[in-house]
Amino acid sequence: MTRGVRNVFATTAGIVAVGAVIGVVAAFLQKSGNPANMAICVACFGRDIAGSIGLHRAAVVQYLRPEIIGFVLGSFAAALAFREFKPTGGSAPLARFVLGMIAMIGALVFLGCPWRVILRLAGGDGNALFGLLGLVAGVWIGTLFFKNGFNLGRAQAQSTGTGLLLPLLMLGLLALRVLFPPVPGEAQSGVLWYSLKGPGAAYAPLLLSLGAGLGIGFLAQRSRFCTMGAIRDVVLFNQWYLMFGFLALLVSALIANVLLGQFNPGFEGQPVAHTMWFWNFAGMLVAGLSFALAGGCPGRQLFMSGEGNSDAGIFVLGSLAGAGIAHNFGLASSPQGIGPHGAEAVVICLAVLMFIGFTNRK
Amino acid sequence: MKQEVDARGLSCPQPVLMAMQAMRKGSGEIEVLVDNEASRENVSRAAQSQGWSVVVDELDGGEFRLSLAKP
Repeated sequence: MTRGVRNVFATTAGIVAVGAVIGVVAAFLQKSGNPANMAICVACFGRDIAGSIGLHRAAVVQYLRPEIIGFVLGSFAAALAFREFKPTGGSAPLARFVLGMIAMIGALVFLGCPWRVILRLAGGDGNALFGLLGLVAGVWIGTLFFKNGFNLGRAQAQSTGTGLLLPLLMLGLLALRVLFPPVPGEAQSGVLWYSLKGPGAAYAPLLLSLGAGLGIGFLAQRSRFCTMGAIRDVVLFNQWYLMFGFLALLVSALIANVLLGQFNPGFEGQPVAHTMWFWNFAGMLVAGLSFALAGGCPGRQLFMSGEGNSDAGIFVLGSLAGAGIAHNFGLASSPQGIGPHGAEAVVICLAVLMFIGFTNRK
Repeated sequence: MKQEVDARGLSCPQPVLMAMQAMRKGSGEIEVLVDNEASRENVSRAAQSQGWSVVVDELDGGEFRLSLAKP
Protein backbone atom coordinates (compact mmCIF):
# COMPACT_ATOMS: atom_id res chain seq x y z
CA MET A 1 0.00 0.00 0.00
CA THR A 2 1.47 3.36 -1.00
CA ARG A 3 0.72 6.48 0.90
CA GLY A 4 2.59 9.33 2.41
CA VAL A 5 0.37 11.42 4.61
CA ARG A 6 -3.30 10.50 4.40
CA ASN A 7 -4.61 12.59 7.29
CA VAL A 8 -6.02 15.87 5.88
CA PHE A 9 -5.09 17.82 9.02
CA ALA A 10 -1.49 16.62 8.78
CA THR A 11 -0.91 18.68 5.65
CA THR A 12 0.43 22.21 5.40
CA ALA A 13 -3.08 23.52 4.75
CA GLY A 14 -4.36 21.46 7.67
CA ILE A 15 -1.87 22.70 10.24
CA VAL A 16 -2.30 26.31 9.07
CA ALA A 17 -6.07 25.95 9.50
CA VAL A 18 -5.64 24.48 12.99
CA GLY A 19 -3.23 27.23 14.09
CA ALA A 20 -5.58 29.87 12.69
CA VAL A 21 -8.61 28.36 14.45
CA ILE A 22 -6.76 28.29 17.79
CA GLY A 23 -5.81 31.96 17.36
CA VAL A 24 -9.36 33.08 16.60
CA VAL A 25 -10.87 30.92 19.37
CA ALA A 26 -8.32 32.36 21.84
CA ALA A 27 -9.26 35.92 20.91
CA PHE A 28 -12.97 35.15 21.33
CA LEU A 29 -12.43 33.38 24.66
CA GLN A 30 -10.69 36.53 25.85
CA LYS A 31 -13.62 38.60 24.57
CA SER A 32 -15.94 36.23 26.45
CA GLY A 33 -14.22 36.67 29.79
CA ASN A 34 -10.85 34.88 29.82
CA PRO A 35 -7.83 36.89 31.04
CA ALA A 36 -6.27 39.37 28.62
CA ASN A 37 -3.34 38.14 26.50
CA MET A 38 -3.69 34.78 28.25
CA ALA A 39 -6.92 33.59 26.65
CA ILE A 40 -5.96 29.94 26.45
CA CYS A 41 -2.42 29.69 27.90
CA VAL A 42 -1.75 26.07 28.79
CA ALA A 43 0.76 26.78 31.58
CA CYS A 44 -1.33 29.55 33.15
CA PHE A 45 -4.44 27.43 33.05
CA GLY A 46 -2.62 24.44 34.52
CA ARG A 47 -1.44 26.76 37.28
CA ASP A 48 -5.04 27.94 37.83
CA ILE A 49 -6.20 24.31 38.09
CA ALA A 50 -3.44 23.63 40.64
CA GLY A 51 -4.80 26.58 42.62
CA SER A 52 -8.41 25.46 42.33
CA ILE A 53 -7.61 22.10 43.91
CA GLY A 54 -5.45 23.72 46.59
CA LEU A 55 -1.97 22.65 45.42
CA HIS A 56 -1.07 26.32 45.94
CA ARG A 57 -2.97 29.10 47.62
CA ALA A 58 -2.19 32.12 45.46
CA ALA A 59 -5.59 33.76 45.78
CA VAL A 60 -5.63 35.46 42.37
CA VAL A 61 -4.93 32.37 40.25
CA GLN A 62 -7.46 29.72 41.27
CA TYR A 63 -9.92 28.41 38.72
CA LEU A 64 -10.58 24.93 37.39
CA ARG A 65 -10.11 25.77 33.71
CA PRO A 66 -12.45 23.71 31.52
CA GLU A 67 -10.27 24.41 28.46
CA ILE A 68 -7.53 22.11 29.78
CA ILE A 69 -10.05 19.34 30.46
CA GLY A 70 -11.37 19.85 26.93
CA PHE A 71 -7.90 19.60 25.40
CA VAL A 72 -7.40 16.10 26.82
CA LEU A 73 -10.94 14.87 26.19
CA GLY A 74 -11.10 16.37 22.67
CA SER A 75 -7.85 14.66 21.78
CA PHE A 76 -9.12 11.45 23.39
CA ALA A 77 -12.26 11.60 21.21
CA ALA A 78 -10.21 12.20 18.05
CA ALA A 79 -7.83 9.38 18.93
CA LEU A 80 -10.78 7.01 19.46
CA ALA A 81 -12.56 8.12 16.29
CA PHE A 82 -9.45 7.64 14.12
CA ARG A 83 -8.27 4.51 15.91
CA GLU A 84 -5.16 6.19 17.26
CA PHE A 85 -5.87 5.65 20.95
CA LYS A 86 -2.87 3.62 22.01
CA PRO A 87 -1.89 3.16 25.67
CA THR A 88 1.88 3.49 25.95
CA GLY A 89 4.33 4.51 28.65
CA GLY A 90 7.42 3.63 30.59
CA SER A 91 9.92 5.96 28.93
CA ALA A 92 11.72 7.49 31.95
CA PRO A 93 8.54 8.48 33.82
CA LEU A 94 10.28 10.13 36.77
CA ALA A 95 12.50 12.22 34.48
CA ARG A 96 9.34 13.34 32.69
CA PHE A 97 7.66 14.27 35.96
CA VAL A 98 10.66 16.45 36.88
CA LEU A 99 10.73 17.96 33.37
CA GLY A 100 7.05 18.86 33.80
CA MET A 101 7.77 20.52 37.14
CA ILE A 102 10.69 22.50 35.76
CA ALA A 103 8.82 23.47 32.61
CA MET A 104 6.04 24.96 34.74
CA ILE A 105 8.45 26.77 37.07
CA GLY A 106 10.28 28.30 34.07
CA ALA A 107 7.00 29.22 32.38
CA LEU A 108 5.79 30.95 35.56
CA VAL A 109 8.98 33.04 35.76
CA PHE A 110 8.13 34.30 32.26
CA LEU A 111 4.37 34.13 32.96
CA GLY A 112 3.21 31.91 30.15
CA CYS A 113 3.80 28.87 27.97
CA PRO A 114 4.80 29.05 24.29
CA TRP A 115 1.12 29.51 23.39
CA ARG A 116 1.06 32.59 25.57
CA VAL A 117 4.31 33.84 24.08
CA ILE A 118 2.42 33.92 20.78
CA LEU A 119 -0.81 35.28 22.29
CA ARG A 120 1.05 38.01 24.20
CA LEU A 121 2.85 39.04 21.00
CA ALA A 122 -0.50 39.03 19.21
CA GLY A 123 -1.87 41.32 21.93
CA GLY A 124 1.02 43.76 21.50
CA ASP A 125 3.06 42.79 24.58
CA GLY A 126 6.68 43.55 23.64
CA ASN A 127 8.03 41.74 26.71
CA ALA A 128 7.02 38.49 25.04
CA LEU A 129 9.76 39.07 22.44
CA PHE A 130 12.27 38.15 25.15
CA GLY A 131 10.19 35.10 26.00
CA LEU A 132 10.25 34.09 22.34
CA LEU A 133 14.03 34.48 22.22
CA GLY A 134 14.33 32.41 25.40
CA LEU A 135 12.04 29.74 23.98
CA VAL A 136 14.10 29.51 20.78
CA ALA A 137 17.34 29.41 22.81
CA GLY A 138 16.00 26.67 25.11
CA VAL A 139 14.75 24.52 22.24
CA TRP A 140 18.04 25.08 20.38
CA ILE A 141 19.98 23.79 23.42
CA GLY A 142 17.59 20.82 23.42
CA THR A 143 18.48 20.05 19.79
CA LEU A 144 22.19 20.01 20.76
CA PHE A 145 21.36 17.34 23.33
CA PHE A 146 19.45 15.36 20.67
CA LYS A 147 22.39 15.59 18.27
CA ASN A 148 24.59 14.20 21.02
CA GLY A 149 22.38 11.18 21.60
CA PHE A 150 19.93 12.38 24.26
CA ASN A 151 17.09 9.87 24.49
CA LEU A 152 14.69 9.07 27.33
CA GLY A 153 14.32 5.52 26.08
CA ARG A 154 11.59 3.49 24.43
CA ALA A 155 8.00 3.42 25.61
CA GLN A 156 6.15 0.12 25.84
CA ALA A 157 2.53 -0.85 25.33
CA GLN A 158 0.45 -0.35 28.48
CA SER A 159 -2.95 -1.62 29.52
CA THR A 160 -6.07 0.13 28.28
CA GLY A 161 -6.77 1.10 31.89
CA THR A 162 -3.45 2.91 32.18
CA GLY A 163 -4.09 4.77 28.94
CA LEU A 164 -7.52 5.84 30.16
CA LEU A 165 -6.27 7.23 33.48
CA LEU A 166 -5.56 10.82 32.45
CA PRO A 167 -8.77 11.23 30.42
CA LEU A 168 -10.65 9.79 33.43
CA LEU A 169 -8.84 12.17 35.78
CA MET A 170 -10.00 15.04 33.56
CA LEU A 171 -13.58 13.73 33.67
CA GLY A 172 -13.26 13.70 37.46
CA LEU A 173 -12.12 17.33 37.45
CA LEU A 174 -15.04 18.22 35.18
CA ALA A 175 -17.41 16.52 37.64
CA LEU A 176 -15.94 18.65 40.46
CA ARG A 177 -16.40 21.82 38.39
CA VAL A 178 -20.06 20.92 37.75
CA LEU A 179 -20.77 19.84 41.35
CA PHE A 180 -19.05 22.84 42.92
CA PRO A 181 -19.63 25.82 40.61
CA PRO A 182 -18.34 29.28 41.50
CA VAL A 183 -20.49 31.13 44.06
CA PRO A 184 -20.42 34.93 43.69
CA GLY A 185 -18.34 36.51 46.47
CA GLU A 186 -17.16 33.14 47.86
CA ALA A 187 -13.55 31.96 47.62
CA GLN A 188 -14.56 28.36 48.13
CA SER A 189 -17.27 26.14 46.67
CA GLY A 190 -17.17 22.62 48.06
CA VAL A 191 -13.62 21.35 47.68
CA LEU A 192 -12.68 23.87 44.99
CA TRP A 193 -10.98 27.25 45.45
CA TYR A 194 -11.97 30.27 43.38
CA SER A 195 -10.39 33.68 42.83
CA LEU A 196 -12.41 36.76 43.74
CA LYS A 197 -10.11 39.04 41.77
CA GLY A 198 -7.16 38.81 39.39
CA PRO A 199 -6.77 36.55 36.35
CA GLY A 200 -8.34 33.59 38.20
CA ALA A 201 -11.59 35.54 38.45
CA ALA A 202 -11.65 36.15 34.70
CA TYR A 203 -13.26 33.30 32.81
CA ALA A 204 -15.59 32.61 29.92
CA PRO A 205 -18.82 30.64 30.56
CA LEU A 206 -18.30 26.93 31.37
CA LEU A 207 -19.83 25.48 28.20
CA LEU A 208 -18.00 27.91 25.94
CA SER A 209 -14.65 27.15 27.60
CA LEU A 210 -15.24 23.42 27.54
CA GLY A 211 -16.47 23.44 23.94
CA ALA A 212 -13.48 25.48 22.79
CA GLY A 213 -11.14 23.11 24.60
CA LEU A 214 -12.79 20.03 23.09
CA GLY A 215 -12.63 21.48 19.58
CA ILE A 216 -9.00 22.51 19.88
CA GLY A 217 -8.10 19.15 21.46
CA PHE A 218 -9.71 17.32 18.54
CA LEU A 219 -7.99 19.42 15.86
CA ALA A 220 -4.62 19.42 17.60
CA GLN A 221 -4.65 15.64 17.94
CA ARG A 222 -5.25 15.27 14.21
CA SER A 223 -2.63 17.82 13.17
CA ARG A 224 -0.01 17.09 15.92
CA PHE A 225 0.07 20.86 16.61
CA CYS A 226 3.09 21.63 18.80
CA THR A 227 4.74 24.99 19.42
CA MET A 228 8.01 23.54 20.75
CA GLY A 229 8.17 21.04 17.89
CA ALA A 230 7.69 23.93 15.45
CA ILE A 231 10.97 25.49 16.51
CA ARG A 232 12.76 22.17 17.06
CA ASP A 233 11.96 20.77 13.62
CA VAL A 234 13.13 23.91 11.84
CA VAL A 235 16.41 23.94 13.81
CA LEU A 236 17.00 20.20 13.62
CA PHE A 237 15.71 19.21 10.17
CA ASN A 238 14.69 22.42 8.40
CA GLN A 239 11.13 20.99 8.48
CA TRP A 240 8.56 23.80 8.48
CA TYR A 241 5.32 21.82 8.86
CA LEU A 242 4.68 22.60 12.55
CA MET A 243 6.12 26.12 12.17
CA PHE A 244 3.34 26.95 9.71
CA GLY A 245 0.84 26.18 12.50
CA PHE A 246 2.82 28.32 14.96
CA LEU A 247 2.86 31.26 12.53
CA ALA A 248 -0.81 30.80 11.63
CA LEU A 249 -1.71 31.03 15.32
CA LEU A 250 0.28 34.27 15.64
CA VAL A 251 -1.20 35.87 12.54
CA SER A 252 -4.82 34.86 13.21
CA ALA A 253 -4.70 35.93 16.88
CA LEU A 254 -3.12 39.23 15.84
CA ILE A 255 -5.81 39.91 13.23
CA ALA A 256 -8.61 38.87 15.62
CA ASN A 257 -7.17 41.05 18.40
CA VAL A 258 -6.94 44.08 16.13
CA LEU A 259 -10.52 43.57 14.93
CA LEU A 260 -11.82 43.05 18.48
CA GLY A 261 -9.91 46.06 19.84
CA GLN A 262 -7.67 43.87 21.98
CA PHE A 263 -4.34 44.92 20.43
CA ASN A 264 -2.38 47.30 22.71
CA PRO A 265 1.27 47.57 21.69
CA GLY A 266 3.89 48.42 24.33
CA PHE A 267 6.05 47.10 27.16
CA GLU A 268 4.69 48.78 30.31
CA GLY A 269 1.43 47.79 31.98
CA GLN A 270 0.78 44.74 29.80
CA PRO A 271 -1.76 42.30 31.28
CA VAL A 272 -0.30 39.66 33.65
CA ALA A 273 3.26 40.39 32.52
CA HIS A 274 6.42 41.94 33.93
CA THR A 275 9.12 43.98 32.22
CA MET A 276 12.27 42.24 33.54
CA TRP A 277 13.60 41.30 30.11
CA PHE A 278 16.39 39.04 31.31
CA TRP A 279 14.06 36.89 33.43
CA ASN A 280 11.47 36.77 30.67
CA PHE A 281 14.23 35.35 28.50
CA ALA A 282 15.72 33.02 31.13
CA GLY A 283 12.37 31.68 32.37
CA MET A 284 11.30 30.73 28.87
CA LEU A 285 14.74 29.27 28.11
CA VAL A 286 14.28 26.89 31.06
CA ALA A 287 10.76 26.03 29.93
CA GLY A 288 11.77 25.62 26.28
CA LEU A 289 14.60 23.24 27.12
CA SER A 290 12.26 21.20 29.34
CA PHE A 291 9.65 20.93 26.59
CA ALA A 292 12.33 19.94 24.08
CA LEU A 293 13.77 17.20 26.30
CA ALA A 294 10.25 15.93 27.06
CA GLY A 295 9.24 15.99 23.38
CA GLY A 296 6.36 18.45 23.40
CA CYS A 297 5.02 21.81 24.50
CA PRO A 298 2.49 21.71 27.36
CA GLY A 299 -0.39 21.69 24.90
CA ARG A 300 1.04 18.76 22.97
CA GLN A 301 1.62 16.89 26.25
CA LEU A 302 -2.11 17.23 27.01
CA PHE A 303 -3.06 16.06 23.51
CA MET A 304 -0.70 13.06 23.73
CA SER A 305 -2.17 12.19 27.14
CA GLY A 306 -5.55 12.00 25.43
CA GLU A 307 -4.07 9.47 22.97
CA GLY A 308 -3.21 7.20 25.89
CA ASN A 309 0.42 8.26 26.24
CA SER A 310 1.02 8.00 29.98
CA ASP A 311 4.54 9.45 29.66
CA ALA A 312 2.88 12.68 28.55
CA GLY A 313 0.35 12.22 31.36
CA ILE A 314 3.20 12.10 33.90
CA PHE A 315 4.59 15.33 32.44
CA VAL A 316 1.16 16.94 32.91
CA LEU A 317 0.98 15.83 36.55
CA GLY A 318 4.55 17.05 37.07
CA SER A 319 3.56 20.45 35.72
CA LEU A 320 0.67 20.67 38.21
CA ALA A 321 3.09 19.85 41.04
CA GLY A 322 5.50 22.44 39.62
CA ALA A 323 2.75 25.07 39.70
CA GLY A 324 2.15 24.28 43.38
CA ILE A 325 5.84 24.61 44.21
CA ALA A 326 6.25 27.74 42.06
CA HIS A 327 3.61 29.62 44.04
CA ASN A 328 4.22 28.09 47.49
CA PHE A 329 7.97 28.83 47.32
CA GLY A 330 7.73 32.28 45.76
CA LEU A 331 9.28 31.24 42.44
CA ALA A 332 6.45 32.50 40.23
CA SER A 333 6.52 36.04 38.87
CA SER A 334 3.78 38.65 39.17
CA PRO A 335 3.17 41.89 37.25
CA GLN A 336 5.57 43.54 39.78
CA GLY A 337 8.45 41.29 38.63
CA ILE A 338 9.98 37.96 39.47
CA GLY A 339 9.14 36.19 42.73
CA PRO A 340 11.42 36.42 45.80
CA HIS A 341 13.16 33.18 44.81
CA GLY A 342 12.56 33.23 41.06
CA ALA A 343 16.21 33.87 40.19
CA GLU A 344 17.49 30.95 42.28
CA ALA A 345 14.78 28.75 40.77
CA VAL A 346 15.97 29.50 37.23
CA VAL A 347 19.58 28.63 38.11
CA ILE A 348 18.66 25.40 39.94
CA CYS A 349 16.20 24.32 37.23
CA LEU A 350 18.83 24.89 34.55
CA ALA A 351 21.31 22.79 36.51
CA VAL A 352 18.78 19.95 36.86
CA LEU A 353 18.02 20.13 33.11
CA MET A 354 21.74 19.85 32.34
CA PHE A 355 21.92 16.87 34.68
CA ILE A 356 18.99 15.15 32.92
CA GLY A 357 20.38 16.09 29.50
CA PHE A 358 23.91 14.82 30.11
CA THR A 359 22.95 11.64 31.99
CA ASN A 360 20.45 10.35 29.42
CA ARG A 361 22.66 10.05 26.37
CA LYS A 362 22.54 6.71 24.66
CA MET B 1 22.40 -3.18 1.04
CA LYS B 2 19.16 -2.48 2.83
CA GLN B 3 19.47 -0.50 6.07
CA GLU B 4 17.08 -1.18 8.94
CA VAL B 5 15.97 1.37 11.51
CA ASP B 6 13.85 0.28 14.47
CA ALA B 7 12.22 3.41 15.95
CA ARG B 8 9.38 1.61 17.71
CA GLY B 9 8.60 2.99 21.15
CA LEU B 10 10.46 6.21 20.41
CA SER B 11 8.76 9.55 20.14
CA CYS B 12 9.69 12.62 18.16
CA PRO B 13 12.25 13.68 17.16
CA GLN B 14 14.11 10.36 17.53
CA PRO B 15 12.48 8.39 14.65
CA VAL B 16 13.17 11.25 12.22
CA LEU B 17 16.74 11.68 13.52
CA MET B 18 17.42 7.97 13.07
CA ALA B 19 15.92 7.91 9.58
CA MET B 20 17.86 11.03 8.58
CA GLN B 21 21.06 9.44 9.82
CA ALA B 22 20.41 6.42 7.62
CA MET B 23 19.50 8.61 4.64
CA ARG B 24 22.76 10.54 4.98
CA LYS B 25 24.66 7.39 4.07
CA GLY B 26 23.46 7.92 0.51
CA SER B 27 21.13 6.16 -1.87
CA GLY B 28 19.61 2.71 -1.58
CA GLU B 29 16.82 1.24 0.52
CA ILE B 30 15.95 1.87 4.15
CA GLU B 31 13.31 0.10 6.20
CA VAL B 32 12.00 2.10 9.16
CA LEU B 33 9.74 0.60 11.80
CA VAL B 34 7.59 3.02 13.81
CA ASP B 35 4.64 2.42 16.13
CA ASN B 36 2.58 5.58 15.96
CA GLU B 37 0.86 7.74 13.36
CA ALA B 38 2.77 10.92 14.20
CA SER B 39 6.10 9.18 13.61
CA ARG B 40 4.79 7.65 10.37
CA GLU B 41 3.82 11.11 9.12
CA ASN B 42 7.02 12.79 10.32
CA VAL B 43 9.39 10.21 8.87
CA SER B 44 7.44 10.15 5.57
CA ARG B 45 7.53 13.95 5.36
CA ALA B 46 11.25 14.10 6.13
CA ALA B 47 12.11 11.36 3.62
CA GLN B 48 10.04 12.90 0.83
CA SER B 49 11.64 16.30 1.43
CA GLN B 50 15.05 14.62 0.93
CA GLY B 51 13.91 13.14 -2.38
CA TRP B 52 13.24 9.60 -1.14
CA SER B 53 10.15 7.63 -2.13
CA VAL B 54 8.08 6.21 0.72
CA VAL B 55 5.93 3.06 0.77
CA VAL B 56 4.03 2.38 3.98
CA ASP B 57 2.81 -1.02 5.14
CA GLU B 58 0.52 -1.17 8.13
CA LEU B 59 1.51 -4.03 10.44
CA ASP B 60 -0.32 -5.55 13.40
CA GLY B 61 -0.55 -3.63 16.67
CA GLY B 62 -0.58 -0.17 15.12
CA GLU B 63 2.96 -0.50 13.78
CA PHE B 64 4.14 0.66 10.38
CA ARG B 65 6.94 -0.41 8.09
CA LEU B 66 8.18 2.48 5.97
CA SER B 67 10.23 1.47 2.96
CA LEU B 68 12.33 4.41 1.83
CA ALA B 69 14.11 4.24 -1.49
CA LYS B 70 16.34 6.51 -3.55
CA PRO B 71 17.81 5.30 -6.82
